[in-house]
Amino acid sequence: MNIHEYQAKELLKSYGVAVPEGRVAFTVDEAVKAAEAMPGPLYVVKAQIHAGGRGAGHFRDAADDKGGVRLCKTTEAVKDAAEAMLGNVLVTKQTGEEGKEVKRLYVTDGVDISKEYYCSLLLDRATSRLTFAVSTEGGMDIEDVAEKTPEKIIKVEIDPATGMMPFHARELAFALGLSGAAFKSAVKFFGALYKAYTDLDAEIMEINPMIVTDKDEVMALDAKVSFDDNALFRHPNVAELRDKDEEDEKEQQAHEYDLSYVALDGNIGCMVNGAGLAMSTMDIIKYYGGEPANFLDVGGGANTEKVTAAFKIILSDPNVKGILVNIFGGIMKCDIIAEGVIAAAKEVSLSVPLVVRLEGTNVEKGKEILNSSGLDIIAASDLDDAAQKIVEATQKSSAAA
Amino acid sequence: MSVLVDKNTRLICQGITGSQGTFHSEQAIAYGTNMVGGVTPGKGGQTHLGLPVFDTVAEAKEATDCNATVIYVPPPFAADSILEAVAAEIPLIICITEGIPVQDMVRVKAGLKNSKSRLIGPNCPGVITPDECKIGIMPGHIHTRGKVGIVSRSGTLTYEAVAQTGAVGLGQSTCIGIGGDPVNGTNFIDCIDMFMNDPETEAILMIGEIGGTAEIEAAEYYAKLDKKKPIAGFIAGATAPPGKRMGHAGAIIGGADDTAEAKMKKMRECGFVVAETPAMLGEAVKKAMAA
Repeated sequence: MNIHEYQAKELLKSYGVAVPEGRVAFTVDEAVKAAEAMPGPLYVVKAQIHAGGRGAGHFRDAADDKGGVRLCKTTEAVKDAAEAMLGNVLVTKQTGEEGKEVKRLYVTDGVDISKEYYCSLLLDRATSRLTFAVSTEGGMDIEDVAEKTPEKIIKVEIDPATGMMPFHARELAFALGLSGAAFKSAVKFFGALYKAYTDLDAEIMEINPMIVTDKDEVMALDAKVSFDDNALFRHPNVAELRDKDEEDEKEQQAHEYDLSYVALDGNIGCMVNGAGLAMSTMDIIKYYGGEPANFLDVGGGANTEKVTAAFKIILSDPNVKGILVNIFGGIMKCDIIAEGVIAAAKEVSLSVPLVVRLEGTNVEKGKEILNSSGLDIIAASDLDDAAQKIVEATQKSSAAA
Repeated sequence: MSVLVDKNTRLICQGITGSQGTFHSEQAIAYGTNMVGGVTPGKGGQTHLGLPVFDTVAEAKEATDCNATVIYVPPPFAADSILEAVAAEIPLIICITEGIPVQDMVRVKAGLKNSKSRLIGPNCPGVITPDECKIGIMPGHIHTRGKVGIVSRSGTLTYEAVAQTGAVGLGQSTCIGIGGDPVNGTNFIDCIDMFMNDPETEAILMIGEIGGTAEIEAAEYYAKLDKKKPIAGFIAGATAPPGKRMGHAGAIIGGADDTAEAKMKKMRECGFVVAETPAMLGEAVKKAMAA
């Protein structure tokens, strides 16, 4: 689960990670008031969306090419920036062409930066250990740095048996060439970041840039934080930070029924059990010249209600001109899927071709239920057959429409 | 022969009195798996499915001389169950549970180091040696005993591989689901090693997914082996759109080789026959064996 920068900074601050003073604003008025309450003389207005590259982005329909992070010297300028951003669509490298509407702003006090660094903390899958990555090349495109000058990225892994020790933090601070008060501040910063990460079951914490101020204090100037969805049950305060505005409406519905759904651009709706098989089903649809409209994994423990919900979500996409149900039942019983498909098809008066491929536990019962339903279902014998049949049927139904 | 499990496997189930534990233990017994007991804290002394239930794994081991355990406890308690089995020195631990917090698994991984246990999973279908021992949630009846060792990160896609290797007449020696989580107990390389040393396994089928670099490492490992068995593979997710991600940290730590394209390219370079579609898994193994 992703959260906004301002939420991330508030959380980090509560763990002792230094951040510039700041306040969230949902209206222009709130933005101005936030700035007025700060010492100044420099303010920063930052668009809050779940995507990176905001500073270098641009607003759709705007006359200028100003981005989603603006420095303001007066509260008047803060007002102008807030008006330009709120309710408008910000397009960045990571949002794609469609961009994202800005509904929240973060107004922060300007700080004097003497140098910028990069710092992140996340799991290294290769070692199964939490690993810090830091670099003196802060504020830059760090993927570029990793590719061209990998020696400028220093990694320090943390043994879970001991957790983070002071020497880890010193190693990081020395690697960045820090000394004196900045060194001490950095050691505290890294320790606090690790504590926040482990206490809150974070997934990724990325501080870019991490800065040293003119007063030799190490601060997080930006913060991208995401959390392990599987651990949210033990952090209700974190789960509350979820911003539904950042999610596709269909993805929200799927979330409610504990279905894994991702909307795509094609016209063949897919309902599959298991992520690997769901991805493979998309792969083979594409192989035969079709385009999947979604990824949908109904999971292992689905019941009729869940299958019905899945079916409705697929059909609520107006682009869908055909549906492929591909189930290889292990825990999932084929008769349950069959009943769900029939219930849903009747409820929504299905008007597009439906190809069903069932295999595995209770397959005979499932097929019998489908056959005796009176619905116009195209049965497929295996994955290959299913993919070819749905691509063909969808091409026909699109041509007829 | 086979790997990991066979008719000599003496299995207990942690979480045996729960609904998942009950259902899948019934299925395992019906398949012929030698189940010798179960563990549910607080229900020690009871009998469930005709098997003795114990309060702790250590007690179960003492009383039944089990050499494997399967875990069906809910995600918040699963890491604890795994580590209890490690402490009791159960040689083979298979964790089916999906949705365990990553940091719990980081701790488990550290606990497994220098232990006497091997963990398969979590978030996996389990392990089966057809006609001898089924541990996990896979439908037993789709398997046929034969020549192909299957190792996979995905659940249902493994069933697809089983059905297809059966349909082309090869069958399976042992199928291992290593699970799809970022931190798991056993990786592709461990399984390739086991299959290399198993006389019954004549060919290997490795099924991966996008994300991480485990498949790349396995391919490089295979390429360096002195003695090789034919190997085929597939990576799911070639058409998956790049995830909506924030920031760049994942790409820096994880490396840029985590796409299906990069993985399949590396596998081909390292001598794998890579299936063009997920419907050609069986054919790919046949091709590898004919080469």
